[in-house]
Amino acid sequence: MAKITYIEHSGKSHTIDVKNGLTVMEGAVQNDIPGIDADCGGSMACATCHVYVKEDWFNKVPSKTEGEDDMLDQAFEPKTNSRLSCQLIVSDEMDGLIVSLPEKQA
Amino acid sequence: MIKTDVIIIGAGPTGLFCAHQLGVIGLKCEIIDNLDKAGGQCIELYPDKPIYDIPAIPECTGEELTKNLLKQIKPFETNFHFNERVQEISNENNKWVVKTNKNKVFTSPNIMIAGGVGSFEPRKLLLKEAEKYEGKNIFYSVSDKNKFKDKKVSIFGGGDSALDWALELSKISKVTLIHRRDEFRGAPHTLGEIKKLEKEGKLTIKTQYQLDSIEGDKNIKFINIKNNEEKVLKIETDYVLSFFGLIMKLGPIAEWGLNMDNKTITVDTENFQTNKKGIFAIGDICTYPGKLKLILSGFHEGALASVECFKRARPNEKYRFQYTTTSKDIQNLLGIKTK
Repeated sequence: MAKITYIEHSGKSHTIDVKNGLTVMEGAVQNDIPGIDADCGGSMACATCHVYVKEDWFNKVPSKTEGEDDMLDQAFEPKTNSRLSCQLIVSDEMDGLIVSLPEKQA
Repeated sequence: MIKTDVIIIGAGPTGLFCAHQLGVIGLKCEIIDNLDKAGGQCIELYPDKPIYDIPAIPECTGEELTKNLLKQIKPFETNFHFNERVQEISNENNKWVVKTNKNKVFTSPNIMIAGGVGSFEPRKLLLKEAEKYEGKNIFYSVSDKNKFKDKKVSIFGGGDSALDWALELSKISKVTLIHRRDEFRGAPHTLGEIKKLEKEGKLTIKTQYQLDSIEGDKNIKFINIKNNEEKVLKIETDYVLSFFGLIMKLGPIAEWGLNMDNKTITVDTENFQTNKKGIFAIGDICTYPGKLKLILSGFHEGALASVECFKRARPNEKYRFQYTTTSKDIQNLLGIKTK
Protein backbone atom coordinates (compact mmCIF):
# COMPACT_ATOMS: atom_id res chain seq x y z
CA MET A 1 0.00 0.00 0.00
CA ALA A 2 1.24 3.48 -0.80
CA LYS A 3 -0.15 6.94 -0.26
CA ILE A 4 -0.11 8.70 -3.59
CA THR A 5 -0.81 12.35 -4.16
CA TYR A 6 -2.25 13.50 -7.45
CA ILE A 7 -2.16 17.23 -8.09
CA GLU A 8 -4.55 18.44 -10.74
CA HIS A 9 -3.43 21.18 -13.10
CA SER A 10 -5.64 23.59 -11.17
CA GLY A 11 -3.60 22.83 -8.06
CA LYS A 12 -6.29 20.73 -6.39
CA SER A 13 -4.64 17.84 -4.62
CA HIS A 14 -5.94 14.33 -3.87
CA THR A 15 -4.09 11.91 -1.61
CA ILE A 16 -5.28 8.33 -1.69
CA ASP A 17 -4.16 4.88 -0.60
CA VAL A 18 -3.38 2.70 -3.60
CA LYS A 19 -2.90 -1.04 -3.23
CA ASN A 20 0.37 -2.62 -4.26
CA GLY A 21 0.24 -4.05 -7.73
CA LEU A 22 -2.18 -1.49 -9.10
CA THR A 23 -0.79 1.19 -11.34
CA VAL A 24 -0.73 4.88 -10.53
CA MET A 25 -3.20 5.25 -13.43
CA GLU A 26 -5.60 2.70 -11.92
CA GLY A 27 -5.36 4.44 -8.56
CA ALA A 28 -6.58 7.64 -10.19
CA VAL A 29 -9.28 6.10 -12.38
CA GLN A 30 -10.75 3.92 -9.62
CA ASN A 31 -10.95 6.93 -7.31
CA ASP A 32 -12.48 9.24 -9.90
CA ILE A 33 -9.59 11.66 -9.94
CA PRO A 34 -10.11 13.89 -12.96
CA GLY A 35 -7.30 14.55 -15.42
CA ILE A 36 -6.25 11.02 -16.31
CA ASP A 37 -8.14 9.64 -19.31
CA ALA A 38 -6.38 6.29 -19.89
CA ASP A 39 -8.19 5.76 -23.17
CA CYS A 40 -6.38 2.54 -24.05
CA GLY A 41 -6.93 1.01 -20.63
CA GLY A 42 -3.29 0.70 -19.65
CA SER A 43 -1.65 -1.02 -22.60
CA MET A 44 0.88 1.79 -23.14
CA ALA A 45 -0.80 2.62 -26.40
CA CYS A 46 -2.27 6.09 -26.10
CA ALA A 47 -0.41 8.55 -23.85
CA THR A 48 -3.56 9.84 -22.13
CA CYS A 49 -2.49 8.86 -18.59
CA HIS A 50 0.50 11.18 -18.74
CA VAL A 51 1.79 12.56 -15.42
CA TYR A 52 4.75 14.59 -14.22
CA VAL A 53 6.56 12.80 -11.43
CA LYS A 54 7.80 15.18 -8.76
CA GLU A 55 11.53 15.71 -9.35
CA ASP A 56 12.84 14.07 -6.17
CA TRP A 57 10.73 11.00 -6.96
CA PHE A 58 11.62 10.68 -10.62
CA ASN A 59 14.72 8.56 -10.07
CA LYS A 60 13.09 6.47 -7.36
CA VAL A 61 10.21 5.08 -9.41
CA PRO A 62 10.84 2.08 -11.68
CA SER A 63 12.50 3.29 -14.88
CA LYS A 64 10.85 3.43 -18.27
CA THR A 65 10.61 0.31 -20.37
CA GLU A 66 10.97 0.15 -24.11
CA GLY A 67 8.23 2.00 -25.89
CA GLU A 68 7.19 4.36 -23.11
CA ASP A 69 9.21 7.25 -24.52
CA ASP A 70 7.76 6.56 -27.95
CA MET A 71 4.30 7.06 -26.52
CA LEU A 72 5.38 10.07 -24.47
CA ASP A 73 6.41 11.73 -27.74
CA GLN A 74 2.72 11.93 -28.41
CA ALA A 75 1.70 13.20 -24.99
CA PHE A 76 0.54 16.72 -24.21
CA GLU A 77 3.59 18.82 -23.28
CA PRO A 78 6.04 16.10 -22.28
CA LYS A 79 8.85 17.15 -19.96
CA THR A 80 11.94 15.39 -18.63
CA ASN A 81 9.93 14.13 -15.64
CA SER A 82 7.04 12.83 -17.74
CA ARG A 83 5.78 9.28 -17.28
CA LEU A 84 2.80 7.24 -18.32
CA SER A 85 1.02 6.46 -15.07
CA CYS A 86 -0.15 3.09 -16.42
CA GLN A 87 3.48 1.99 -16.31
CA LEU A 88 4.05 2.94 -12.66
CA ILE A 89 3.21 -0.11 -10.59
CA VAL A 90 2.57 0.75 -6.98
CA SER A 91 4.69 -0.79 -4.23
CA ASP A 92 5.49 0.08 -0.59
CA GLU A 93 8.54 1.96 -1.79
CA MET A 94 6.31 4.41 -3.59
CA ASP A 95 4.59 5.56 -0.39
CA GLY A 96 4.42 9.36 -0.54
CA LEU A 97 4.75 9.62 -4.33
CA ILE A 98 3.55 12.89 -5.77
CA VAL A 99 2.50 13.27 -9.40
CA SER A 100 1.18 16.36 -11.15
CA LEU A 101 -1.30 16.15 -13.97
CA PRO A 102 -0.85 18.02 -17.22
CA GLU A 103 -3.30 20.72 -18.30
CA LYS A 104 -4.99 18.16 -20.51
CA GLN A 105 -4.33 14.69 -21.84
CA ALA A 106 -4.96 15.24 -25.53
CA MET B 1 -28.63 8.26 -50.44
CA ILE B 2 -27.53 4.79 -49.38
CA LYS B 3 -30.30 2.62 -47.94
CA THR B 4 -29.45 -0.24 -45.66
CA ASP B 5 -30.77 -2.28 -42.73
CA VAL B 6 -28.14 -1.13 -40.25
CA ILE B 7 -25.54 1.64 -40.29
CA ILE B 8 -22.56 0.63 -38.20
CA ILE B 9 -20.36 3.42 -36.89
CA GLY B 10 -16.89 2.06 -36.21
CA ALA B 11 -14.95 -0.75 -37.89
CA GLY B 12 -13.24 -2.05 -34.77
CA PRO B 13 -13.63 -5.67 -33.64
CA THR B 14 -17.08 -4.99 -32.16
CA GLY B 15 -18.40 -3.35 -35.33
CA LEU B 16 -16.93 -6.09 -37.52
CA PHE B 17 -18.41 -8.94 -35.54
CA CYS B 18 -21.75 -7.15 -35.40
CA ALA B 19 -21.70 -7.16 -39.21
CA HIS B 20 -21.37 -10.94 -38.94
CA GLN B 21 -24.26 -11.29 -36.54
CA LEU B 22 -26.40 -9.12 -38.80
CA GLY B 23 -25.26 -11.09 -41.82
CA VAL B 24 -26.32 -14.46 -40.44
CA ILE B 25 -29.85 -13.19 -39.86
CA GLY B 26 -29.99 -11.78 -43.36
CA LEU B 27 -29.53 -8.08 -42.66
CA LYS B 28 -27.34 -5.77 -44.73
CA CYS B 29 -25.13 -3.15 -43.17
CA GLU B 30 -22.78 -0.34 -44.14
CA ILE B 31 -19.76 0.40 -41.94
CA ILE B 32 -18.36 3.91 -41.54
CA ASP B 33 -14.98 4.62 -39.90
CA ASN B 34 -12.77 7.67 -39.65
CA LEU B 35 -9.60 5.59 -40.02
CA ASP B 36 -8.36 4.44 -43.41
CA LYS B 37 -8.76 0.75 -42.58
CA ALA B 38 -10.67 -1.71 -40.43
CA GLY B 39 -9.58 -2.74 -36.95
CA GLY B 40 -10.09 0.30 -34.74
CA GLN B 41 -7.92 0.43 -31.65
CA CYS B 42 -6.65 -3.09 -32.38
CA ILE B 43 -5.01 -1.93 -35.56
CA GLU B 44 -4.20 1.65 -34.64
CA LEU B 45 -2.95 1.26 -31.09
CA TYR B 46 -1.67 -2.28 -30.69
CA PRO B 47 -1.41 -4.16 -34.01
CA ASP B 48 1.56 -6.18 -32.72
CA LYS B 49 0.57 -6.58 -29.10
CA PRO B 50 -0.84 -9.93 -28.05
CA ILE B 51 -4.41 -10.33 -26.83
CA TYR B 52 -5.04 -13.33 -24.55
CA ASP B 53 -8.74 -13.17 -23.80
CA ILE B 54 -10.54 -13.84 -27.05
CA PRO B 55 -12.59 -17.01 -26.41
CA ALA B 56 -10.95 -20.09 -27.93
CA ILE B 57 -8.01 -18.08 -29.27
CA PRO B 58 -5.27 -18.44 -26.67
CA GLU B 59 -3.18 -15.67 -28.18
CA CYS B 60 -3.44 -13.34 -31.16
CA THR B 61 -2.35 -9.85 -32.10
CA GLY B 62 -4.64 -6.94 -32.86
CA GLU B 63 -3.78 -7.30 -36.51
CA GLU B 64 -4.52 -11.05 -36.60
CA LEU B 65 -7.83 -10.53 -34.85
CA THR B 66 -8.82 -7.88 -37.39
CA LYS B 67 -7.79 -10.06 -40.33
CA ASN B 68 -9.78 -13.00 -39.03
CA LEU B 69 -12.86 -10.91 -38.37
CA LEU B 70 -12.67 -9.53 -41.92
CA LYS B 71 -12.37 -13.08 -43.21
CA GLN B 72 -15.36 -14.14 -41.13
CA ILE B 73 -17.60 -11.43 -42.62
CA LYS B 74 -16.33 -11.79 -46.17
CA PRO B 75 -19.39 -13.77 -47.38
CA PHE B 76 -21.63 -10.81 -46.59
CA GLU B 77 -19.75 -8.39 -48.87
CA THR B 78 -20.14 -5.56 -46.41
CA ASN B 79 -19.50 -2.05 -47.72
CA PHE B 80 -16.93 0.00 -45.83
CA HIS B 81 -16.72 3.77 -45.88
CA PHE B 82 -13.29 4.68 -44.55
CA ASN B 83 -11.83 8.12 -43.85
CA GLU B 84 -15.30 9.35 -43.05
CA ARG B 85 -16.72 10.50 -39.79
CA VAL B 86 -20.43 10.54 -39.05
CA GLN B 87 -21.33 14.14 -38.47
CA GLU B 88 -25.10 14.43 -38.07
CA ILE B 89 -28.04 12.18 -37.51
CA SER B 90 -31.69 13.04 -37.92
CA ASN B 91 -35.00 11.21 -37.96
CA GLU B 92 -37.24 11.30 -41.01
CA ASN B 93 -40.47 9.28 -41.11
CA ASN B 94 -39.25 6.92 -38.44
CA LYS B 95 -35.98 6.23 -40.28
CA TRP B 96 -32.57 7.47 -39.27
CA VAL B 97 -30.61 9.61 -41.67
CA VAL B 98 -26.87 9.73 -41.19
CA LYS B 99 -24.59 12.26 -42.82
CA THR B 100 -20.79 12.05 -42.88
CA ASN B 101 -18.20 14.81 -42.99
CA LYS B 102 -17.74 13.97 -46.69
CA ASN B 103 -21.47 14.60 -47.24
CA LYS B 104 -22.34 10.99 -47.86
CA VAL B 105 -25.92 10.29 -46.73
CA PHE B 106 -27.28 7.00 -45.43
CA THR B 107 -30.72 5.99 -44.32
CA SER B 108 -31.71 3.03 -42.18
CA PRO B 109 -34.07 2.02 -39.42
CA ASN B 110 -31.04 1.22 -37.26
CA ILE B 111 -27.81 2.91 -36.23
CA MET B 112 -25.26 0.76 -34.42
CA ILE B 113 -22.67 2.87 -32.61
CA ALA B 114 -19.54 0.78 -32.15
CA GLY B 115 -17.27 3.76 -31.83
CA GLY B 116 -14.89 2.67 -29.05
CA VAL B 117 -13.52 5.72 -27.32
CA GLY B 118 -14.36 7.90 -30.30
CA SER B 119 -12.86 8.56 -33.68
CA PHE B 120 -9.15 8.75 -34.27
CA GLU B 121 -7.96 12.22 -35.18
CA PRO B 122 -4.54 13.81 -35.47
CA ARG B 123 -3.19 15.18 -32.24
CA LYS B 124 -2.95 18.91 -32.76
CA LEU B 125 -0.33 21.44 -31.74
CA LEU B 126 -0.93 22.92 -28.34
CA LEU B 127 -0.23 26.55 -29.00
CA LYS B 128 -3.26 28.82 -29.20
CA GLU B 129 -1.89 30.62 -32.25
CA ALA B 130 -1.59 27.29 -34.08
CA GLU B 131 -5.36 27.25 -34.60
CA LYS B 132 -5.20 30.45 -36.63
CA TYR B 133 -2.78 28.92 -39.13
CA GLU B 134 -4.30 25.44 -39.31
CA GLY B 135 -5.10 24.40 -42.86
CA LYS B 136 -3.12 27.38 -44.16
CA ASN B 137 0.44 27.09 -42.84
CA ILE B 138 0.04 24.23 -40.38
CA PHE B 139 -0.92 20.74 -41.48
CA TYR B 140 -1.42 17.41 -39.74
CA SER B 141 -1.31 15.41 -42.95
CA VAL B 142 -0.10 16.04 -46.48
CA SER B 143 -2.52 15.97 -49.38
CA ASP B 144 -0.46 17.76 -52.02
CA LYS B 145 3.27 17.86 -51.51
CA ASN B 146 3.79 20.36 -54.35
CA LYS B 147 2.44 23.05 -52.06
CA PHE B 148 5.76 22.83 -50.22
CA LYS B 149 8.02 23.13 -53.27
CA ASP B 150 10.90 25.56 -52.63
CA LYS B 151 9.42 26.44 -49.22
CA LYS B 152 10.83 26.27 -45.71
CA VAL B 153 9.10 23.42 -43.93
CA SER B 154 9.45 22.62 -40.22
CA ILE B 155 8.41 19.07 -39.42
CA PHE B 156 7.64 17.96 -35.85
CA GLY B 157 7.60 14.39 -34.62
CA GLY B 158 9.76 11.31 -34.21
CA GLY B 159 7.71 8.57 -35.82
CA ASP B 160 7.37 7.21 -39.32
CA SER B 161 5.13 9.99 -40.66
CA ALA B 162 7.59 12.67 -39.59
CA LEU B 163 10.59 10.77 -40.97
CA ASP B 164 8.93 9.77 -44.23
CA TRP B 165 7.80 13.31 -45.01
CA ALA B 166 11.13 14.82 -43.95
CA LEU B 167 12.83 12.50 -46.41
CA GLU B 168 10.33 13.04 -49.21
CA LEU B 169 10.10 16.83 -48.87
CA SER B 170 13.86 17.27 -48.54
CA LYS B 171 13.91 16.69 -52.31
CA ILE B 172 11.85 19.78 -53.03
CA SER B 173 11.83 21.90 -49.85
CA LYS B 174 14.14 23.24 -47.15
CA VAL B 175 13.31 20.89 -44.31
CA THR B 176 13.98 21.17 -40.58
CA LEU B 177 13.05 18.08 -38.58
CA ILE B 178 12.35 18.79 -34.90
CA HIS B 179 11.92 16.16 -32.21
CA ARG B 180 11.78 16.35 -28.42
CA ARG B 181 14.49 13.75 -27.82
CA ASP B 182 17.49 12.22 -29.61
CA GLU B 183 15.91 8.84 -30.29
CA PHE B 184 13.47 8.51 -33.15
CA ARG B 185 10.91 5.73 -33.18
CA GLY B 186 10.50 5.70 -36.96
CA ALA B 187 12.04 3.03 -39.19
CA PRO B 188 15.83 2.85 -38.71
CA HIS B 189 16.36 2.69 -42.47
CA THR B 190 14.56 5.99 -43.06
CA LEU B 191 16.41 7.55 -40.16
CA GLY B 192 19.70 6.44 -41.72
CA GLU B 193 18.81 8.18 -44.98
CA ILE B 194 17.84 11.33 -43.14
CA LYS B 195 21.08 11.39 -41.13
CA LYS B 196 22.95 11.05 -44.42
CA LEU B 197 21.06 13.99 -45.90
CA GLU B 198 21.87 16.01 -42.78
CA LYS B 199 25.57 15.35 -43.26
CA GLU B 200 25.26 16.49 -46.86
CA GLY B 201 23.56 19.68 -45.67
CA LYS B 202 20.32 18.88 -47.41
CA LEU B 203 18.20 18.83 -44.27
CA THR B 204 18.47 20.10 -40.68
CA ILE B 205 17.69 18.05 -37.58
CA LYS B 206 17.02 19.65 -34.20
CA THR B 207 16.53 17.24 -31.34
CA GLN B 208 15.56 17.91 -27.72
CA TYR B 209 13.51 20.84 -28.94
CA GLN B 210 9.79 21.48 -28.81
CA LEU B 211 7.65 24.20 -30.35
CA ASP B 212 7.55 27.28 -28.15
CA SER B 213 5.88 30.01 -30.20
CA ILE B 214 4.89 31.08 -33.68
CA GLU B 215 5.54 34.48 -35.24
CA GLY B 216 3.71 35.84 -38.24
CA ASP B 217 0.77 37.87 -39.40
CA LYS B 218 -1.40 36.42 -42.14
CA ASN B 219 1.13 33.68 -42.69
CA ILE B 220 3.75 32.13 -40.46
CA LYS B 221 7.17 33.80 -40.69
CA PHE B 222 9.16 32.22 -37.89
CA ILE B 223 8.77 29.54 -35.30
CA ASN B 224 10.66 29.47 -32.01
CA ILE B 225 11.68 26.15 -30.58
CA LYS B 226 12.93 25.61 -27.06
CA ASN B 227 14.97 22.89 -25.40
CA ASN B 228 15.00 21.66 -21.81
CA GLU B 229 17.70 24.19 -20.91
CA GLU B 230 15.32 26.94 -22.04
CA LYS B 231 17.51 27.72 -25.04
CA VAL B 232 15.38 29.16 -27.86
CA LEU B 233 16.08 28.89 -31.58
CA LYS B 234 14.29 30.96 -34.19
CA ILE B 235 13.64 29.17 -37.49
CA GLU B 236 12.35 30.84 -40.62
CA THR B 237 9.31 28.78 -41.60
CA ASP B 238 6.64 28.87 -44.29
CA TYR B 239 4.90 25.66 -43.32
CA VAL B 240 4.67 23.51 -40.20
CA LEU B 241 3.89 19.82 -40.46
CA SER B 242 3.07 18.16 -37.16
CA PHE B 243 2.97 14.40 -36.70
CA PHE B 244 2.19 13.56 -33.08
CA GLY B 245 0.08 10.52 -33.75
CA LEU B 246 -3.62 10.09 -33.32
CA ILE B 247 -5.91 10.67 -30.39
CA MET B 248 -9.41 9.42 -29.82
CA LYS B 249 -12.18 11.96 -29.67
CA LEU B 250 -15.82 11.28 -29.01
CA GLY B 251 -16.70 14.07 -31.43
CA PRO B 252 -20.24 14.67 -32.67
CA ILE B 253 -21.71 11.57 -30.94
CA ALA B 254 -22.00 13.65 -27.77
CA GLU B 255 -24.44 15.98 -29.52
CA TRP B 256 -27.00 13.42 -30.65
CA GLY B 257 -29.18 13.62 -27.56
CA LEU B 258 -28.20 10.20 -26.26
CA ASN B 259 -28.06 9.55 -22.53
CA MET B 260 -24.40 9.62 -21.62
CA ASP B 261 -22.33 8.72 -18.60
CA ASN B 262 -18.80 10.10 -18.70
CA LYS B 263 -18.07 9.75 -22.45
CA THR B 264 -20.00 6.48 -22.73
CA ILE B 265 -23.59 5.85 -23.83
CA THR B 266 -26.05 4.21 -21.47
CA VAL B 267 -27.94 1.26 -22.94
CA ASP B 268 -30.57 -1.31 -22.08
CA THR B 269 -28.86 -4.67 -21.70
CA GLU B 270 -31.75 -6.53 -23.31
CA ASN B 271 -30.91 -5.18 -26.76
CA PHE B 272 -28.24 -2.51 -26.26
CA GLN B 273 -30.63 0.18 -27.42
CA THR B 274 -29.97 3.73 -26.26
CA ASN B 275 -32.68 6.13 -25.12
CA LYS B 276 -33.50 6.64 -28.82
CA LYS B 277 -35.32 3.78 -30.53
CA GLY B 278 -33.25 2.32 -33.32
CA ILE B 279 -29.95 3.70 -32.06
CA PHE B 280 -27.78 1.09 -30.40
CA ALA B 281 -24.39 1.30 -28.71
CA ILE B 282 -22.04 -1.66 -28.35
CA GLY B 283 -18.44 -2.24 -27.33
CA ASP B 284 -16.31 0.17 -25.31
CA ILE B 285 -18.61 3.10 -26.04
CA CYS B 286 -21.60 1.67 -24.18
CA THR B 287 -22.13 1.38 -20.47
CA TYR B 288 -24.53 -0.45 -18.15
CA PRO B 289 -24.28 -1.92 -14.66
CA GLY B 290 -21.43 -4.43 -14.67
CA LYS B 291 -20.01 -3.37 -18.05
CA LEU B 292 -16.55 -4.69 -18.84
CA LYS B 293 -14.57 -3.08 -21.63
CA LEU B 294 -13.54 -6.35 -23.23
CA ILE B 295 -13.65 -7.32 -26.89
CA LEU B 296 -15.69 -10.39 -25.97
CA SER B 297 -18.31 -8.18 -24.33
CA GLY B 298 -18.56 -6.20 -27.56
CA PHE B 299 -19.21 -9.41 -29.49
CA HIS B 300 -22.04 -10.41 -27.16
CA GLU B 301 -23.56 -6.93 -27.22
CA GLY B 302 -23.54 -6.87 -31.03
CA ALA B 303 -25.28 -10.26 -31.24
CA LEU B 304 -28.13 -9.16 -28.98
CA ALA B 305 -28.50 -5.76 -30.63
CA SER B 306 -28.73 -7.45 -34.04
CA VAL B 307 -31.93 -9.21 -33.02
CA GLU B 308 -33.64 -5.91 -32.23
CA CYS B 309 -32.32 -4.50 -35.53
CA PHE B 310 -34.02 -7.38 -37.32
CA LYS B 311 -37.34 -6.62 -35.68
CA ARG B 312 -37.08 -2.98 -36.76
CA ALA B 313 -35.82 -3.67 -40.28
CA ARG B 314 -38.27 -6.53 -40.98
CA PRO B 315 -41.37 -5.64 -38.97
CA ASN B 316 -43.52 -8.13 -40.90
CA GLU B 317 -41.21 -11.09 -40.48
CA LYS B 318 -40.72 -13.27 -37.46
CA TYR B 319 -37.22 -13.51 -36.04
CA ARG B 320 -36.08 -17.10 -35.77
CA PHE B 321 -33.13 -18.09 -33.65
CA GLN B 322 -30.89 -20.51 -35.56
CA TYR B 323 -27.49 -22.16 -35.20
CA THR B 324 -24.83 -21.74 -37.87
CA THR B 325 -24.01 -25.44 -37.47
CA THR B 326 -27.43 -26.67 -38.49
CA SER B 327 -29.26 -23.87 -40.31
CA LYS B 328 -29.38 -24.25 -44.09
CA ASP B 329 -30.50 -20.62 -44.33
CA ILE B 330 -27.42 -19.36 -42.54
CA GLN B 331 -25.16 -21.68 -44.47
CA ASN B 332 -26.60 -20.30 -47.70
CA LEU B 333 -25.90 -16.79 -46.50
CA LEU B 334 -22.35 -17.86 -45.66
CA GLY B 335 -21.96 -19.31 -49.14
CA ILE B 336 -21.36 -22.80 -47.80
CA LYS B 337 -22.31 -25.60 -50.18
CA THR B 338 -24.45 -28.03 -48.24
CA LYS B 339 -24.81 -31.64 -49.22
